[in-house]
Amino acid sequence: MATLNKDKSHEMGLHEEQLKGRTQQRFFSADESENLTYFHSFDVDTSKSATIDALEMTPREINGEIRTLMEKGIGDITVDNPMSRHGVGVGILNRLNLTFSDSLGYFGCGLIDGPNVHIKGRVGWSCAENMMAGTVVIEGNAGSTFGAAIRGGDLVCRGSVGARTGIDQKGGTILVGGNTGAFSGFMMQRGRMIVCGDAGMNLGDSMYDGTIYIGGEVEELGVDCVPGEMTELDIRYLTSKLDLYGIKTPKGVEKMQKFVSGKQLWNYDNLEPHEKKIVL
Amino acid sequence: MCGIAGIIHKQGGKSVNIGEQMTSMLQALKHRGPDSTGYAMYGPDNGNQVLRFKVAEAADLEGSYDIHAAIESRLATIDSRLAELGVKVVSKESPTEYAHRYEIQFSGDMQKLADFIEDIEGVEILSIGNSLELVKDLGDAAIVSEQYGLNSFNGTHGIGHTRMATESDVDIRSAHPYWAYPFNDVAVVHNGQLTNYWTNRRALERKGHRFSSDCDSELIAVYIADKISEGVDLETAMRDSVEFLDGVFTYLVATKDELGMAKDVMAAKPMVVYEGDDMIALASEEVAIRKLFDHPIDTFDPYHGEVKVWQH
Repeated sequence: MATLNKDKSHEMGLHEEQLKGRTQQRFFSADESENLTYFHSFDVDTSKSATIDALEMTPREINGEIRTLMEKGIGDITVDNPMSRHGVGVGILNRLNLTFSDSLGYFGCGLIDGPNVHIKGRVGWSCAENMMAGTVVIEGNAGSTFGAAIRGGDLVCRGSVGARTGIDQKGGTILVGGNTGAFSGFMMQRGRMIVCGDAGMNLGDSMYDGTIYIGGEVEELGVDCVPGEMTELDIRYLTSKLDLYGIKTPKGVEKMQKFVSGKQLWNYDNLEPHEKKIVL
Repeated sequence: MCGIAGIIHKQGGKSVNIGEQMTSMLQALKHRGPDSTGYAMYGPDNGNQVLRFKVAEAADLEGSYDIHAAIESRLATIDSRLAELGVKVVSKESPTEYAHRYEIQFSGDMQKLADFIEDIEGVEILSIGNSLELVKDLGDAAIVSEQYGLNSFNGTHGIGHTRMATESDVDIRSAHPYWAYPFNDVAVVHNGQLTNYWTNRRALERKGHRFSSDCDSELIAVYIADKISEGVDLETAMRDSVEFLDGVFTYLVATKDELGMAKDVMAAKPMVVYEGDDMIALASEEVAIRKLFDHPIDTFDPYHGEVKVWQH
């Protein structure tokens, strides 16, 4: 079983970062005894590969075929010709290397916990909604409500994304290589959002917590969103995360702007971490 | 929910089979709106005007023994009134008993013509234009296309709509596209809800504009028509509309030479755009655009309040 390198994550500042006295991220330990095993998770071997030609398949058939292959222990799956279909690659609850050779439609890769997904085209609205863990990397652009309510993992779009990116984000990292639209970070509650380009109006509107980094211009801040102070820890974290995915900001990491919540909710901040789970 | 789609070819006005392309896109959007499907497509201008009108609703034909005679009577009255106005009817087509297409020659007052014809009970003009062919009926794109023979339609651009009725009835009157009465060749399709519909409808009616339905989407067509009547260009009219209209919307407008899109300030309704060297295609979902290609394409979502206009 894998172990977390706690020293490294401490070194990166992920455990020490404090904003208004609040811890930004609580890390999951693979060694903890309360680890859960999902009913539909499979023990797969990433050295075993398979390809699905989805040209004539329905979304249900595509998802069913992915599950069938995982049941057979195949851990590296490529889906050709997804043809922008909706609701594909959803509900995958174990580690898996999954590649889509073209674009996905709406609600692609939603409700996942663990897989590493690579989408070589673009995605429509609500990509990776409610993602718990894993990585999703999109080569093209993405539609609105990108990463809605994600709780963990890295969600990366090399292009630009639409409106309401990270709405209700509860954890994890959203990384955007281009621009993001209006109402990004709306009601954000945890996690980090990194946008290398510009952000539309009402950025971080009604956010409770979390951190937003913007590399370009911000059209307008939303209610409760205020500028934060960039620290050395922020810069190290951003440098590390951007290097991991080979993404650069036009003006450099040091010039990025940081935004946080300017309010404290009495029934949110006063709770213990285990109580916050109930709220979230 | 509703689905909208548009396509414009930038080949110096060269015609291609946009009927088949629009049908493919609209059929792919059927799940967004199965109640009715509409097309506004732009073909070659041969100097004549195309008058599309209906003399009854499709539902009127069911359960009424008198409707067939009424339709005959209405058609006779239309012919009589056209002759009275000096309109020369070049050809007539009747894809259905209730929907008709006349090719006409007329150089007089278009609003007077429209008002005179629509004064006949049960008659509604769907469109008038030199290039515009506006067709809308109940059912999905495959049904409407088959019914009206649209799959072989050659033209430069077009817009279309699949409707899920939310604000008004399931009938042809409430189906999209809407013609921007009384202007030649202007049509609108819309996905969304307009919350200041009645206030602005009353204001526009006081200015002399007519509404043929209770569908909020018609407000956009009438607003654009109002702006055009004031000499405002299409792109400016659309930019103004983003402020004027309240609610959530994405809409497409087509004129004889242009196709435009506008999105509300909250970017609440979807639109995906493909911009190629030869062609621009837009739809509520990329799955519709992909019906036109057998290879991967790059697309993007326009942002809040964004307006874009393309010419063929």
